[in-house]
Formats: sequence, C-alpha cells, structure tokens
Amino acid sequence: MSVSAAGNIGLAKRLRRSLRRDPGLFFMPVLLIVSLAITVAIHPQFSDFDLQSLAMGALPLAFAAAAQTVVVISGGIDLSIGSAMAVANVLAASAMEKASFAQSLPLAAAVLIAGATIGALNGLIVIMSRIPDVVATLTSGFIWGGVALVILEKPGGGAPPEFLNLGTGTLFTTWLPNALVLLAVAVCAIWIPLRRSTLGLQLYAIGSDRIAAFRSGVNINRTRFAAYIFSGLFSAVGGLGLTMTTGIGAPLAGVYYTLSGLAAVVVGGVSLAGGRGGMLGPVIAAFILTLIPTDLIFLNIDPNFGQVIQGTLIVVIVMIGGFVEMERNRR
Amino acid sequence: MSEAPLLLEARDVAKRFDSVVALKAASLQVRPGEVHGLMGSNGAGKSTLVKIITGVYPADGGQIFVKGAVRSFRSPAEARRAGIVSVYQDPALVPDLTITQNMGLAGAPVDAVRKWLAELGVARLDFSLLVRDLPDPTLRLIDLARALAWEPAVLLLDEITASLPADLSEQIYAMVKRWRERGNAVIFISHRMAEVSALCDRATVLRDGVTAGVTERAQGSEERIVALMLGAETARAVASAPSTRATRQRADDAQPALEVRGLRCAPQVNDVSFKLYPGEVLGIAALEGQGQEELFDCIAGSRRFDEGAIVARGKELRLRHPADAIAAGIVLVPANRLVALLQQRPIPENIALPAFGRIRNWGPIRIREERTRVASAIGRLQIDTRAGSELRRLSGGNQQKVVIARWLASGFDILLCFDPTRGIDIGTKRQIYALVREIAAAGSAVLLFTSELPEIPLACDRAVVLFGGRVVAEMPVSEADEATLLRSAHGLAPSVEASS
Amino acid sequence: MSEPSKTIFSRVVVGITGSGFVSLLRTRTIVALILLLLALVAGIQLARPGTVNAIWISNMMLFAAPLGIVAAGQTLVMLTGGIDLSVASVATASAYLMATHSGLGVALAILYGLGVGFVVGLINGTGVALLRVQPLVMTLGTGLMTEGMLVVYSQKKIGEAPRVPQFIEDLGAGKFLGGIPNDLIVWVPIAIILIFVLRRTGFGRLLYAIGDNSKACTLAGIRVWRILLLNYVTCGILAAVAGLIIVGGTDSAELRLAEVYLLPSVAAVIIGGTSIFGGRGGYSGTIVGALILTVLNSILTLLDVPESVRQILYGAIILLLAAAYTRLTE
Repeated sequence: MSVSAAGNIGLAKRLRRSLRRDPGLFFMPVLLIVSLAITVAIHPQFSDFDLQSLAMGALPLAFAAAAQTVVVISGGIDLSIGSAMAVANVLAASAMEKASFAQSLPLAAAVLIAGATIGALNGLIVIMSRIPDVVATLTSGFIWGGVALVILEKPGGGAPPEFLNLGTGTLFTTWLPNALVLLAVAVCAIWIPLRRSTLGLQLYAIGSDRIAAFRSGVNINRTRFAAYIFSGLFSAVGGLGLTMTTGIGAPLAGVYYTLSGLAAVVVGGVSLAGGRGGMLGPVIAAFILTLIPTDLIFLNIDPNFGQVIQGTLIVVIVMIGGFVEMERNRR
Repeated sequence: MSEAPLLLEARDVAKRFDSVVALKAASLQVRPGEVHGLMGSNGAGKSTLVKIITGVYPADGGQIFVKGAVRSFRSPAEARRAGIVSVYQDPALVPDLTITQNMGLAGAPVDAVRKWLAELGVARLDFSLLVRDLPDPTLRLIDLARALAWEPAVLLLDEITASLPADLSEQIYAMVKRWRERGNAVIFISHRMAEVSALCDRATVLRDGVTAGVTERAQGSEERIVALMLGAETARAVASAPSTRATRQRADDAQPALEVRGLRCAPQVNDVSFKLYPGEVLGIAALEGQGQEELFDCIAGSRRFDEGAIVARGKELRLRHPADAIAAGIVLVPANRLVALLQQRPIPENIALPAFGRIRNWGPIRIREERTRVASAIGRLQIDTRAGSELRRLSGGNQQKVVIARWLASGFDILLCFDPTRGIDIGTKRQIYALVREIAAAGSAVLLFTSELPEIPLACDRAVVLFGGRVVAEMPVSEADEATLLRSAHGLAPSVEASS
Repeated sequence: MSEPSKTIFSRVVVGITGSGFVSLLRTRTIVALILLLLALVAGIQLARPGTVNAIWISNMMLFAAPLGIVAAGQTLVMLTGGIDLSVASVATASAYLMATHSGLGVALAILYGLGVGFVVGLINGTGVALLRVQPLVMTLGTGLMTEGMLVVYSQKKIGEAPRVPQFIEDLGAGKFLGGIPNDLIVWVPIAIILIFVLRRTGFGRLLYAIGDNSKACTLAGIRVWRILLLNYVTCGILAAVAGLIIVGGTDSAELRLAEVYLLPSVAAVIIGGTSIFGGRGGYSGTIVGALILTVLNSILTLLDVPESVRQILYGAIILLLAAAYTRLTE
C-alpha cells in the first residue's frame, strides 16, 4: 500500500466525516452560489453597487448569527443578542458623534468591552439564577433594550466618515466591499483561535453532553460563561457594524436581529440541541437571508414577504433536520 | 489494626437529596493492593458514595481521607489529580467529539490510552471516530482505558460489567487483578455475587445508607454478604421463599396467546418464531445484543418490523404504535425504568397513566374509582410508598414494581418483561419473580427476558434461546440449566436435542 | 462535624420549620405568591397613600385579564415542556384581522380573529406534535411568518382602515355593576375551566405526563401527538382571544399591538411556579403571576419613570422573582 494512496483515502474519509459533522460547511457555500446565481438571473444588471449593499445589509445579521452560534453550540440560547447589538449601536453613535477618526477607534474598542461585559452579565444571570437560558435571556434582552433607550432615546448620533467607511467603502476594487473584509477579519480573528483552543473543545463538549463533559473535567459554568462573553463580543461587533452601515444609532434597530440571527443559525446547520455545527454556515446563511428581500424587490414582490420566507425557512429546515434525525434513529 | 496505611477512607459520609436520605453514615476503608467490593441492594447508596468520593456531589457530613489526609473534592478532575478515578455506570464520553478530542478534553495521555485499550483487547481503533458512532461496550472499554491511563492509585468501577458480554467482562477481571498486583486499589461495584466473590479481597456492604459490615474473602461467604445486604430477618425470609410454580399440563391443541412467525427486523432480528400459551412463562435467553431488545420492541409496537407476523389469539396484529399492542392486550415492562415512568408525578398518576390513552377518557376523571384501582395494585405488589408521593423518591426496585402495577391496574393478556430485575436487589427480585408466576397462574401469558441465565429456571416454564437474531434452541425448563443455556446462547450446538 | 448524623438531623429540622417563606414557597406556592402580591399592594399604598381603592383594584383586574389569558395558553404549552413564542404575533394578527373585518358584523369579525389563532396554533401543533420540531424554533418561525404576513396584509388593506367595533371596545375597556371589568366575563370562565381541566381531567393529566416524560407516555399507549396538537391549537385560540381584548382596551389596531405581552406571558407562568421543563405547575399560580406583573407595572407607572428605566426595572424584577423562585424550589 503506497503512502500517498493511504493519504488520499484518509483525506476523502476526513472530508466526508467533517461534512457529516458540519453539513453547513459544504451546503452553505453551494447554497450561497445558487442564490447569487438566481439573483443575477432575475436581475441581470447586478452591479458592484448591489454587492456592496448586500454586504452592508448582511454585516450586522452575520454578527448576530455568529453571536448566537457560539451560545447555541454550547447548548444554550441567547435571546438578548438584538438588544445587546442595540446597546453597542447607540453607544458607538452617541460617543463618536463629534469624535475624530483617531478617537473613534479606541471608542470602538470600548464598545467591544461593553459588549463583552453585557455578555458576561448575561452569563452570570443564566448561571447564578439557574433560570433556563431562554427565559433568562428573553428577560435580560428586555433590560438591555431599556439600557439602549437610556443611552439614546431617539435615533440619532453619528460617527466620523472614515469610521463609517470601514463598513460602507470598498477595498482595492469596487467588487470587494469593506463590509465583507471586516466580517471575514472579525469572525476569523475571534472564532478560529477559539475553535482551536481547549475552550473551543469545551464549548462543543458541554453542548453535546453536559454530564460527560463534567466528568471529563470540564468546568461547566465557566465554559457557559465564556460562551456568553463571546456572544456579547460578537453582538458588539454587530452593533458597530450597524453604526457603520446606517450611520446613526437607533435604540430599536437591534430587536430584529435576535430572531433573524437565530434563523441564520438554524439555516446554517447548527443543531439547536448543541454540540454540532460551525461558524461558516450561519454567516453564509445571513447573506442568503439578506438576499431574499432584495430578490423580492427585483421581482416586484412586497419585500415584507421576506420575513414570511424567513419564518418558513426556519420551520422547514428544522422539520427536515428532525426528519433526517428520525430516519437515522430508525436504522 | 491494619498494617499498611489506608489508601482511601470514607468515614461516616452522609448525603441527603431534598427529603431523601441517600447516605446516613457510610464508611469504607481501602488498603493498597486490594480489590474491594462495594455491595448493597438498590438504593443502599453505593453510587452516591462513589460520586461523593470522586467529587461529583459534595457530602453533607463525614470525611474522606486520601492517604491519611482529609480531602474533599469539588469535581472529578480534582479527585483525579489526587489519584482517584472512577468509571461511572454510563460512559463519561462526549458524543459529538472524536475519541482524540475526548481524551484532549479530559487531559488524558492519548498514547497511554491506546496502550491500555490494546491490553483490553481493542487493538485497532480509529481515534478520529465520533463517540456517538461507537457501540456501548467499546465506549466502556475506552472509558476504562482512559481511567487506567491516569495511573490511579484508587480505581472505582461502578457496575462496569452490567451490560458487557461475557468475554469482555473476563478482560476486565484480568485487568482488575493486574491493577491490584501493582499495589493499587480497585473498588468494584457489582450486583453479580459470583463476580464479587471471585474477584474481591474484601467487601463492604451498605444497607440503607449505612455500612452494614465488611467481609474478608476468607470468611466472606456469599451468604454472609446476602445477610448483610438484606438485614437478618429478610435474609431468612428469602431463603425460605417458596417457589410458587405449579406444574401444569397443557393441552396440545390449545390456542397460543401469542404467536410470532418468521419475524425479521433488520439487522438485529433475522428469523424468530415461537408460540406463547396462556398460563405460561416463556423465558428468552440470549447474550447481549442478539436481537432480544428489538424483538420485544416489535411485539410491544414501538418498532416496525420488516417481515413476519405477530398473532395474538388467532388474529394477526397491525402494530404501528404501543397503543395498538396494548389494545391487543400486550404490555411491556422495559428494562430501563426511567424510560417508562414519570419521575416528578405521584405514584397513583404513574399507575393510572395507560387509562388515558383513549380519547373518551380525556374528560373528567372518576377519582374514587381510580383510587380504588390504584390502591389494589399497590397493595398487590407491596410497593413501599413510605418514601413519599413523588415517584423519584422510590428505590429502583419499587419503581420497577410501579411499572408492573400500572399494567395490573389496566389489565392485559400478555406481559412482556424485558430484564425486569436488572440492577435490582435480591429481595425485590424474588418478589418480582413470585409475581410473574402468580400472573401466569391466573391465566395470562408472560414473555420474559433476563440477562442473568440462572434466573431462567427460577421463573420460566420453557426457554427459547436467541443467537444472531434467530431462535437456536427451545427447551422445557427442566433441561434449561445454566450450562445448556450458555452453550446455546453462544451459538454452540445444544448438547441435548435440537428443536425442530 | 464530629457528629454528622446530628448535623443532618438539625438541617432537616431547619428545613421543615425554619425559614418560613422558603418552605411556604416550596409546599404552598400559591399562598406564598399571594403574600408577595399583597406585599406589593401594601407597598403601593405606603408609597402613595390612597392609591389602592376600588377603582384601582378594578383597573388592575381589567389590565390583568388579557395577560392572564395569553399566559393561560402559555401555561398549557409550558406544562408539556414547550414554549410558544408566537402568542404575541397571534394576538396582534387576531386583533388586526378582526378590526379590518368589522364591516361584516361583530360576530363574523371575531371569528376571523379567532381563526388566526386556530390556524397558527394548528401549524405550531403540526410541527411540534407530528414533525417533532423543537417548540421554541417552531413558534419562533410561525411568529415571524404571522408577523410578516400581517405587514404585507396591512399594506394591501390600506383602503379600509381597521376599526374596532363597539362590542369589542366594551369588552376590553368597559365595566359593569359599578366597577367589575367586562373582560372578567371572559377571563373567569377560562380560568375556572382551565383549573378544572388541569386538575381533574384525563387531558390535564396527560399534559403533566407528557411534560414529565413523553417517551413514557408513548410506551403507555398514549398517542402523544393528539394531545400536543390540541394543546397548541388551544394556546393559539387563547392568544387570539387575548388579542381581541387588548385591542378593545386600546381601541386602535396597530401592527405591534401585543408585542409587549410576549415576555410577561412567559414570566407570569414562570413566576406562577410552572417549570419550563414541563410536568409541574398549574394555572392558579399563573393567575397570581399575571396579577403580580400587572401590579408591578402599575407601580412603575405611578413612580412616573421614563419608559426606558421602566423597562429595565420591570425586566430586573422579573429576573429576580424568577431566580428566587427557581433557586428556592429546586
């Protein structure tokens, strides 16, 4: 048996395995290409400008999905993400209104810290109160919504144009929106090191089987806590993205992202039971979900159907997932 | 008194869950170089003691000494660092991670784990497989190998052989002995008396959360352990328990209560046919995983089969849901009580549950009628309800009785008992078998699988042996001694006569 | 520590006799919750003497009724271990559809509203019961769908403005016999029926049983999906009923009318002592939970704090109550 043959078999096997473990890894890019192709088909004059607005529209949603993904993988759920994003959004917009670009960067860092703190508080609430995640974060989300209103009662504020440009401009060519670069950089910088660390392993472990994880020596509460911190961090990045793409702070703008982010997580192939899935799927799903209303507009259909489609997608995908699971168990 | 210093000592450990006292004053002394049996009937507190020693729960009272120093561990990881490692009843492996990742998670040295696995007879195992894709016995061995890789001074094995095939159990006995020879200690928990008396140097017996006594191998006859487990009076009662079996004649032309014809449910059940007559207890004997579980599930309506027929009282059944089987008078007592019972609900609700399967019973409940029915079932089974109204407060044996009581209250023709005495103490075991005989004597038919072959002659009239999803032997109970059953169950040609 | 058995014994004694409220909460949840409610009322009276009078009490009942009715459906669903996040959208859609069909006569308009609850409940039930989708995701999805449909519908219907019929207005805002809120005519029978169903009927038994262990129910020969389907439909219809009362109270059918009821509907159930994992609890607790939340809202209104601070305080208090409850009853 030659070494290279064995290596090939190993590679094929490994590929098949990683696909089984995270179906989003393969299906989502394909799905994205297909939906982009559909978009171009119904709207042949698809231009660099359309791509830019797609990237800008998807940016906050992708971060909301990323935030949710971390918590869902660890076996929890965070229904306060939209409100946390709103806090970051209004915090940035009100602090940066009269700031220079140089000042805005440390302010952005401060917003990130604030986001992580919100996440930490969520984690503390969930762990200390022992209320189930759903109820605890539904309620804490209500509180963060209040906080956002305290910071900025009505939509307003702003940020220096150079800062906004980070989300709205393009890099090298008009076909490479900054939003896309920002998303890739932020997600990779946070997720890849996390995924490869022991903490990443622990996140998956407590999502998959909490008792076995505990008996293997994982500190369950510390890991859950960490998951919520990362969720808060991603939410804060999303809030900044919202500031960049809208140019202002709006205390109610975030609300939409909790549910849509969760939709992206489900569409992206992350198991809501925890322990299974990856980051690529949900992020791509955010783009697909953003494309739907755009396509509807191109087709002269009321874009509000977008939400209907989103809801239907969640339901249908989870049904298919449940059906596949049932079939697998039958065998 | 003792020459060598103790490796591990538990002194008067106490633990309470809500109002239930799991441990009152449990003590345990483990010397280096011994295999120490931990015995006790269900609810005696063995698993709780193990979990307190290894830091899963904090103790409410008492102390744990490791090599003479007081310790209290806050997690299994902390206990592990002090040289105490437990293999729990269910494998502590995370299903969605690979074996390698699981080892990394627990900080176990992968190479050492591989080495120990090889010694346990699992030489070639792909460590990049997901745990969820591996069969249960393999997981137990991985769990054990991981424990060994930490080179623990004290190794705790909680019912590790409970659902292992015989050959794997042998591997584990050999490993336990080797571990003892290295000067380490092994705490071995098991319900199988033969195992304990063959393997253990000493045994501590718990009864109702208190250490009832310690036996040495020299003096430690099995009777003494049984006596300690049961308490003096109960032991005498069990020893003199009468066998209620009556020898009956069966008319050859009698209609079977249940007939299974050529049943196939791929891949576990391949070709199973047998007849079960009213008033009879038919024993199914098989090693682990020979299709018996799927067979029972098919008859109980919780699994669809591919081919064949299930006929009750001359009528072929269409079984799409357990409700169909129940409507045909077929009821199941599963091995795992947790699957069948409502842990948070009171005992009466658990017993009355099947009545509400019919939509016409969704309306107002006739409380008085229900109470009478439930009370009579509880009385007939001698369920000990002192522990409180919630079901989870009951011991395992009493919980199993509740499952049986449920069907007594609702009525049935055919009782399927799948390993009803798994993990149940001897006293309750005898009660359950006496009840099975009583049910058969009253004219119902019973199909009984038990994982402990010696129990078949105890309770059955006839035995059918399954191997590889097929019926390989059928014999009257007079011929079904343990040796014969064991030979057939291993797929060897029966020594006496083959059934046509 | 020398006498562990003695320590344990004394702990048991403390557990039974001492720390009265805790053990009260454990054994007689309702009594403890009512005490808490009374304490809140007393608090208002102390802070703003003269507030608590017949009119105030009557108003509290008036406001609590729609919440109590949404939470009734939520209780049913949570007893089976589920959750319904579509109740707010259903209530809104029911109110809106009723209002836009008021030209057809009140009875038919109400049927339109209840129809929304039936349809969404049926979809929820089908997904959860037959296709085994997690309730959280299923109802989240249908909630989004309902909301989206409603937005689309409202833009198509721009011609005929929604109008709340007088009957609904009376039901949601009126009082009779000098102070008894009309909406109690709806709420009280619902409450009585629900409490009876949960305690004394086979259907109620099965809800608890499914919430505890649905596999066990299947093994006992119960076709679980039938119960779940009926349960989600009931929840949908109750949400629709609540929507009608809410719109009667505000007199204007808006697209975000009932949004504010989602969190309280879950909170009332939790505070009322129903476990989110199912199998434990009941409706009487939820009633008190709804009253507590209503009084709390009234306190915050009285204190005249801005909406933002109110939202924070309200959330924080719900968290505290739920946390206290969860910890104490574990």
